[in-house]
Amino acid sequence: MIAELGHYALVLALCVALAQSIVPLAGAQKGDPALMATAKPAAYAQFLLVALAFGCLIHAFVVSDFTVENVVRNSHSQKPMLYKVSGAWGNHEGSMVLWSLILALFGASVAAFGRNLPPGLKARTLSIQAMIGVAFLAFIVFTSNPFERVLPPPPDGQDLNPLLQDPGLAFHPPLLYVGYVGFSIVFAFAMAALIEGRVDAAWARWVRPWTLAAWASLTAGIALGSWWAYYELGWGGWWFWDPVENASFMPWLVGAALLHSAIVAEKRDALKTWTILLAILAFALSLIGTFLVRSGILTSVHAFAVDPQRGVFILAIIVVAIGGSLALYAWRAPMLKGGGLFQPISREGALVLNNLLLATATATVFIGTLYPLFLEALGGAKVSVGPPFFNATFVPLMVPLLLAVSFGPLLGWKRADLAGALQRLRAALVLSVAAIVVTLWMDHGRNLIAAAAIGLAAWLFFGAWVEWAERVKLFRAPWATVWERAVNLPRAAWGMTIAHAGVGLMVLGITGSTAWQSESIKMMRPGERFDLAGYTFVFKGTERREGPNFFATRGVFEVYKGERLYATMTPEKRLFPVAGTTTTEASIRTNILADLYLTIGDPEGGGQPGSPGAPAFIVMAGSDTPWTVRAYHNPLVPWIWLGSLVMVLGAGVSLTDRRHRVGAPRRMAAPGAMPAAAE
Amino acid sequence: MKLPKARAAKRRRLAVLLLALLGLGTATALTLTAFDDHLVFFHTPSDVAEKKAPVDRQMRIGGLVEMGSLERTQGAPEVRFRVTDLENAIPVVYRGVLPDLFREGQGVVANGKLAADGVFRASEVLARHDENYMPPEVAEALKRSGRWQDVVGPGTAPPPARN
Repeated sequence: MIAELGHYALVLALCVALAQSIVPLAGAQKGDPALMATAKPAAYAQFLLVALAFGCLIHAFVVSDFTVENVVRNSHSQKPMLYKVSGAWGNHEGSMVLWSLILALFGASVAAFGRNLPPGLKARTLSIQAMIGVAFLAFIVFTSNPFERVLPPPPDGQDLNPLLQDPGLAFHPPLLYVGYVGFSIVFAFAMAALIEGRVDAAWARWVRPWTLAAWASLTAGIALGSWWAYYELGWGGWWFWDPVENASFMPWLVGAALLHSAIVAEKRDALKTWTILLAILAFALSLIGTFLVRSGILTSVHAFAVDPQRGVFILAIIVVAIGGSLALYAWRAPMLKGGGLFQPISREGALVLNNLLLATATATVFIGTLYPLFLEALGGAKVSVGPPFFNATFVPLMVPLLLAVSFGPLLGWKRADLAGALQRLRAALVLSVAAIVVTLWMDHGRNLIAAAAIGLAAWLFFGAWVEWAERVKLFRAPWATVWERAVNLPRAAWGMTIAHAGVGLMVLGITGSTAWQSESIKMMRPGERFDLAGYTFVFKGTERREGPNFFATRGVFEVYKGERLYATMTPEKRLFPVAGTTTTEASIRTNILADLYLTIGDPEGGGQPGSPGAPAFIVMAGSDTPWTVRAYHNPLVPWIWLGSLVMVLGAGVSLTDRRHRVGAPRRMAAPGAMPAAAE
Repeated sequence: MKLPKARAAKRRRLAVLLLALLGLGTATALTLTAFDDHLVFFHTPSDVAEKKAPVDRQMRIGGLVEMGSLERTQGAPEVRFRVTDLENAIPVVYRGVLPDLFREGQGVVANGKLAADGVFRASEVLARHDENYMPPEVAEALKRSGRWQDVVGPGTAPPPARN
């Protein structure tokens, strides 16, 4: 009964979205306030209905209602509660309901908080948002009903893929979706502005908080996914340039470009058509990402179901959305008047450089990700593009970008003095050179590129704070004044400093873990020991352990630093009998500066068939057989995620800026209702 | 007053355009050279048997792990197995930890280089993420060797669906 209620709510939500996508837009075109006003209640209703459906789905998972096919395929009565709940979106149908829920949530938020938006812009934006809602709700209702019943109900479920039974992954999809879907609002704003034929500073200011929020969650979602891959896949790596990762990375890159170009549009009334184009691209790449990941054309843990019909449906959504928006762009964008002039060396110039490099980097990732698919679709050879390709294309593009980051904020609008900026950055320069020297000394001069990269990280980190120090008059004014200035510094300025410093920390982590990772793979008998990066690992033996829905073999290792016991590490291999799969649980010991990372593989003789029932690693737990043991020492790796966290923090601080508070700014010229004014 | 402004605008636009072209040019050059060096081609065990696969170049193979072929080198974390498309098989040697879902008789994809002695030295071995999923490379290898039906049963159309 509850499942039918959920299904019914989805169908109703589709109807509401359909109405919302037509009526307010028609009202805005005709200048009819009554019709425009329907957008707000419709957006609320759509959100409540999808929320009801999502609630019904979670209920079905929580009570393990095995008459619902989706629950049967993705849950089990013995599964821990957290994963019963997260299982609701750990599958194709449920994840699409989550997508629609967040879409409706953003629509409702614009309706609720966009009080000072001109009614025309608001009505158009909400209509466009509803059109996207129609597409995805129709997709769910017609191809992916999560409430499909199965009769007679089986006694128990088939369990969720054990790799997905992880706290990090429970929150990875929602964060990623908030990011993807957040760009839908920016997209809707861009479409509405194109229909109105007007983009001004106020428009850019309205768009910025949504972009910030979307980009911040995408950052968090990608970082969480990368962290999950690091500790769950057991390979000691954190980024593989896998198409699935790239799918989320491309909208992130374009989102970062959009964040910066919106500043120019807001402050200088320039780069307006480019900003609109970026808004379109960010959402287009989000859609393409969803298609790549969900359609099953890529081999990955994300490809839940291979159903051609669904792939075609999403492809149709993409073609309509991207084709339609680009057509509208081509038609209307030339009408937008260009604004302020600037010299190449200026704040605007720096932001243009940022945009060019980010856009180009996105293009290389796009080519590397999609080229194999195109080639295959055209009947060509089957190829794959791996990390070496991206290291050879993406990384060289990032170097000038990151070098320029510290200059940008120190350059004035319109025209600026590069030598003067460098002069002001000398503290950062000195510290970066010092970082390079210290790195070379500690590394005995072996890795020049890595030392340069550490210098780059220092340049980014200290460069960000140089600008901050100037603004608060650090060391140049009494402490009380500095404090007062720091407190009164706009939150957006704080946010920028923090986010740029976060990029520096991330570069530090990437460099450290790439340049100085050490690895050791051994066959070990209990009692044996080995050394890695100054630590001694002693293998004490294996023991069997039972979890709520798995059996595990746990290796026990004592790690010594010199004579002192530094840590006891317990990597595991787990068998999930219901899903019939095994997973590797790495044991990670971090001291913030470096991680020790340990996994156990199969015992000698494992992997062969002929041991029906439990695999060898369960049978041989506690025995004296040699086990495959793999250990890593990953210097600085935690800073990859800490750096991303600092970037998210920066975006969050920026979001609290009074000027960005949604709805706070008013359009200077026309506070009242404005009919379509395309001139 | 008007003329210099227009000229400045033109100059600015030219500068931006040149910069954009420079960026695009760099990216194109980078991409093309990288493609040349780093494009990894996929080969089936039959390709290797027919000497169609290049020696000592990074490539990717796929197929089933031949039943009874898995051997562990005593005392070293090294495994040997054969990857087959049911027509031909390639010997593979891999130093490292096999993925959790690696089994004999199941699909596997390996990255690495073919040595002159005909042994494939894998740098990375990938199995499926999930019990019910076959990597497209494996399906491809079996389809090309014409043995697809033997694995999935007659009448089943590739690619395999989970539900």
